Parts: sequence; C-alpha cells; structure tokens
Amino acid sequence: MKVMIIGCGRVGAVLANRLDEAGHQVVVLDRNQQAFRRLSEKFSGRRIVGNGLVEEYVRPTLQEEADILFAMTDKDNVNLMIVQRVKRNFKLERVVAVVHDSILAGLYKELGVETVCPTDLVIKDLLQTIQER
Amino acid sequence: MGEVMYIIIVGAGKVGYHLGSLLMAGGHEVMLIEEDRSKVELLSLEFHDAIMQGNGSTVEVLKEAGANRADVVVATTGNDEDNLVICQVVKLMFLRPRTIARVNNPRNEELFAGLGVDASVSATKIINAVIQEQVKAGDMMIPLLTLKEGDVEIVEVELSRSSHIVKKKIKDLSMPPASIFIAVIRGEEIIIPHGETEFQPEDKVLALVKRTSEQALRKML
Repeated sequence: MKVMIIGCGRVGAVLANRLDEAGHQVVVLDRNQQAFRRLSEKFSGRRIVGNGLVEEYVRPTLQEEADILFAMTDKDNVNLMIVQRVKRNFKLERVVAVVHDSILAGLYKELGVETVCPTDLVIKDLLQTIQER
Repeated sequence: MGEVMYIIIVGAGKVGYHLGSLLMAGGHEVMLIEEDRSKVELLSLEFHDAIMQGNGSTVEVLKEAGANRADVVVATTGNDEDNLVICQVVKLMFLRPRTIARVNNPRNEELFAGLGVDASVSATKIINAVIQEQVKAGDMMIPLLTLKEGDVEIVEVELSRSSHIVKKKIKDLSMPPASIFIAVIRGEEIIIPHGETEFQPEDKVLALVKRTSEQALRKML
C-alpha cells in the first residue's frame, strides 16, 4: 500500500517505521526537518518538508494513487482541515484524522470524517487494566 | 438600528477586538472568546463580562459562551483551520447561529463554503477588489455625478493616445445605446460637441450614460 503520513511526531514516526518495515510505500511530511530524526535509520520511505495544509505539498503524493492518508500533527484542527480538503479533492480509500479532543472526534465521525482519538484509546486501555485486576 | 443580536466572536486579535467594540457600540450583546490569558486580562477592563478565556473550537467553551442562543458566531482567529472547525462545531452542535469565518488564505474560501460555513470574509480579497476598482477608475472613467439612484451617470474620461476615438468625428462613431457626449474639455476650452467634433489625445470627455451601457462606452473609449 501507499501511505501518506502528515506529522512526524512520536506516534507518526513509529507508524511510519512500522509500515515501512512491513514493506509498504510510505511518504512522511512534516513542517520541521528535525522531526525526521525520529525515523529509524533503516527507514526507506520519502521525507517531505512542508505544510500539510498547503495543497502543493500533498498533491504530488496523493495524485499518484495513494491508498491511505493519516493526518496526525499535534493540532486537532489542522488534522481536521487537512482530511476534509483531501476528501474533497482526491480519491483515496481511507483518510484518517487523529483528534485528541474526544467530543470533537465524535462530532466529526457523525459528519463522515474518519477519526482516531488517542484520548479515548488510552482511557479504554486504563479502564481495561482496572477491570483485569 | 435593527433588532438586538447576541454575537459570539472567537479570537480577540485586532479583527475580533474591533468587531466586538463596534457591535457593542451598536447595542448588540457580545461575547469574545480568547485563548490567551494575558490578552483576556488586558481586554477585560473594556469588555468586563463580555470576554472569556478558553479554546473556542471546543464544545465545552462554546456551550459556556451560550452558543445555543447566539444569533451569529464569528471566527476571527489568524488560523484558518481553527476558524473552520469553530464554524463546523457550531453548525453541528448548536444549530441556531449563523456562522461567519475570517479566511486568512483566500484559497480556502471555496473549501469553507463547501464544508458548511455560512459566510467567509477574506481581507486580502476585499483589499484586492478595492484596488482593482481604483485602478479601473483612474485608468478610464471617473464618475462625476450619479442620477436616479445610480441608473444614470455623468462620467469623465481623459483620452489617451491609443484611444479608439482619437482623430475620429462623433458622427462616424457608433455610440452604445443610452449614451451621449455632453462636453469636451480641451485645455482651457470647453466644447459643446456636435457631429463634426473631432477628438484629440488628452481631451477630457464628459458623457451622460446609463449604467447598463457604461461597460460598452468604456470599451469604445
């Protein structure tokens, strides 16, 4: 699969490494060149320095039939704007926004935007830990 | 003044601040939402209870601000992604208010409209439109007087060397409908034109024209 990851933070970088190891074609975009230091030395995908909100930076990748896009910068609103624009302008199988605000993540799901909420996941995990005792 | 409205403004930067002041002076009820605590502190002297601290793109803060009874929510932050989400959250959660977004990057205007924002305002676009208007007027026609609520105008045009009508007589021109030349100012002289009048470069031509023919007259000159 061809995967584009916007935001090479702690989570984005690990996701990129894993997908790359698994043999997928990965493109990582971040505004800050330094962020790519989080990628492993073996990472064989592409790195692009740029702003995910500016279409010029994402268009070349998405035009070549990418399958999935993950918008996972540290800003919920940036991620939500990126995925909504991409859904309008490109044909991708899946477009996913990481949204930390749990209410916001739920709201946009209703709008048909695929969201993943790390806060919800952590809570779920913690609750499970308690129940397992 | 029309009816009193309740207007929530998110972002107390220059745009939000002045908009809030204007609306309050106009007798409306206003609530400013600003995330930066020091800004809120500074402005609370002026806005008292009409300013609150918080992230205006979250449901909690909008609820606290009373978005469910607001007539209008205006998102004026300097970040388009925040303005978009603010307006979308309001539309999804509170139904009642009209949403207006400031668009910092004019290229986002279309996207905002497509994603449910009721109206967007781009300063760049407005200023550009004003400049274009000025250029056109300075270049060509200066409206001197408008009659019948703008239906009919008296305009002044200074003819350039490249004007199509220079060295031509009025009787040989095909005038657009509903337009007539009323005076030609040549240096100190004012000429009441007739069929034999021939135009020269740098003539100032006064014409009476209906708004509907203005474009055609502009083209001819």
